[in-house]
Amino acid sequence: MMKNPYVPFPMRIDEILVETEDENIKTFELSFVGREDEDRFVYTPGQFAEISVFGKGEAPFGMASTPTRRGRLAFSVSKIGVVTGALHQMERGAVVGVRGPLGNGYPLETFKGKNLVLIGGGFGFSTLRSLTNFILHDSNRKAYGDLTVIYGARNPGLLLYKKDLEAWQERGDLRLHLTVDKGENGWQGHVGFVPDVTRSVAPDPENAYAVVCGPPAMIHFTLPVLKELGFGDEKILLSLEMRMKCGIGKCGRCNMGSKYICSDGPVFSQAELLRLTGEAHF
Amino acid sequence: MSALSKTLRKDQLEGFLERLLEEREVLAPVRRARSVILEKIDSSREVALGYGNTKESPKCALFPQRETLFGYRAEKGRVEMDVPQGNEKGQVLFGVRPCDARGLLLLDRVFGGDCRDPYFARKRAKTVVVSLGCVNPNPTCFCHATGGGPCSLEGSDLLFLDLGDRFLVEAGTEKGAALLDAQVFEEADKESLALAETIKKEAAASMKPLTVKENLKDQLEKLFDDPVWSELAETCLGCGICTYLCPTCHCFDLCDEAAGQTGERIRVWDSCQFPLFTQQASGFNPRPTVKERFRQRIMHKFSYLPETQAMLGCVGCGRCIIECPVNLDIREAITSLSEGNAR
Repeated sequence: MMKNPYVPFPMRIDEILVETEDENIKTFELSFVGREDEDRFVYTPGQFAEISVFGKGEAPFGMASTPTRRGRLAFSVSKIGVVTGALHQMERGAVVGVRGPLGNGYPLETFKGKNLVLIGGGFGFSTLRSLTNFILHDSNRKAYGDLTVIYGARNPGLLLYKKDLEAWQERGDLRLHLTVDKGENGWQGHVGFVPDVTRSVAPDPENAYAVVCGPPAMIHFTLPVLKELGFGDEKILLSLEMRMKCGIGKCGRCNMGSKYICSDGPVFSQAELLRLTGEAHF
Repeated sequence: MSALSKTLRKDQLEGFLERLLEEREVLAPVRRARSVILEKIDSSREVALGYGNTKESPKCALFPQRETLFGYRAEKGRVEMDVPQGNEKGQVLFGVRPCDARGLLLLDRVFGGDCRDPYFARKRAKTVVVSLGCVNPNPTCFCHATGGGPCSLEGSDLLFLDLGDRFLVEAGTEKGAALLDAQVFEEADKESLALAETIKKEAAASMKPLTVKENLKDQLEKLFDDPVWSELAETCLGCGICTYLCPTCHCFDLCDEAAGQTGERIRVWDSCQFPLFTQQASGFNPRPTVKERFRQRIMHKFSYLPETQAMLGCVGCGRCIIECPVNLDIREAITSLSEGNAR
């Protein structure tokens, strides 16, 4: 963590990938301008950063990149507000500010030796992409058990990270299940909702953890399925979202029960959430 | 009684303040129209005593309503940032009420912790809190119900108590004791100490009985989905004045003020009572109505902060009661919730 937690460091936009057919989601590949910033930015999948567009403000984004790849950070940005709108107008070579890494990230130590099912929906898939690529890295793969990835989008054009998805499908050490709410444009894959896919492909809950990240409705309908399958509340990890500003548990915005999503989370077990007040329940 | 108790003759107060003014900024109660506010003074003659409490809380002196975090100059492909280094002079907050002094302790916890807020910390380290005990608490005061008291020393570096022709001055910290210049402060005699005890007892006894029950936290958690919140919040306008005037409320927003390529990242107060506080870019708002926002304010003060900071988020100053445009009274909410008057 930097000395003054409010001051961002500069990063340069190296590459911009248009992820979705509607062009509303782009992934920005950023490189560090300062060497010491790069050395300091040691992160875990599931953590996030605040990106500044100077003159417009800041917004939080989970790292979509894996820490096993040094030198660059990737953030997927949906064009929806003032900061994201401005980001979408930016070009290669431009400089943004970054504060982070923030938040707790996924509990990698707990996951070691365990089978994992990662369940993502829509835009919420970005940090699960980070986690997947982290686990698949040669230096890590052996430390984890079977890996099942379930990823759903409203339609095929909204699936992110298509190159990664293709590469993952080629691999024998990961079971990838893609699904869309509505098939179109010659979609040959599965059509259906994430909770139903989860019901049919999730691993045996014994020695397994489930990680869920996606829109509230998806979480709401996936949790009972996981429970039905026998996943205990402490074996289900969720990555939550609230409006955030400071990212360090001071500004009060992302307060939910006695926790701050930014500094206590964004990753919580379902058991932790059930101990909080009603706002934290899906 | 604290080990270090002195007295100061009232005719020596101006001299004391003038000496403070030589080296530091002094913020003191000043009369402005019909209000008394805590303001930077240039002369001890500006100080107005005999007020209930200042309109705004002293949090303004440490966590101002608007504060520049850094300036920047952004050009294509490069950005320069300029972080103010803070050359603030030391400051004395004179005439703070004991409730507000305790309120600063909550801010210390929030802005301290594992991730220290440098802007707050810098000012806080150079601040001396000189409180003035309450001989005549306001009818809206309820510090005694929140763990404090009208003459509580907690959070004060020095506490003054009006004994008529002189003040009893107690030191709560070394920082406070260091200001007790031997030439004008006299050792407190038995008579002064006895008189002070009587005044303190009378001040406490003058306050309407009210307790925040130990079990309020649990009770609130149980009542989270109770319809009582709709009733309590029914007349609330969501104007947020309660949070702005509150000595412990600390929610803020970060935003940019830009003029061409240069600008500033600023921190401004924000309020959980505003709908945009939690509204996400997608349009989804986890606290869509006044009811959820009113509940958040009460829950944060009486359930969440006691759990995370081991302190209530309310010091009983009563500002939210005095200034509420629809006469909402937080004491009624606390009473009705803790007695389980809810269905």
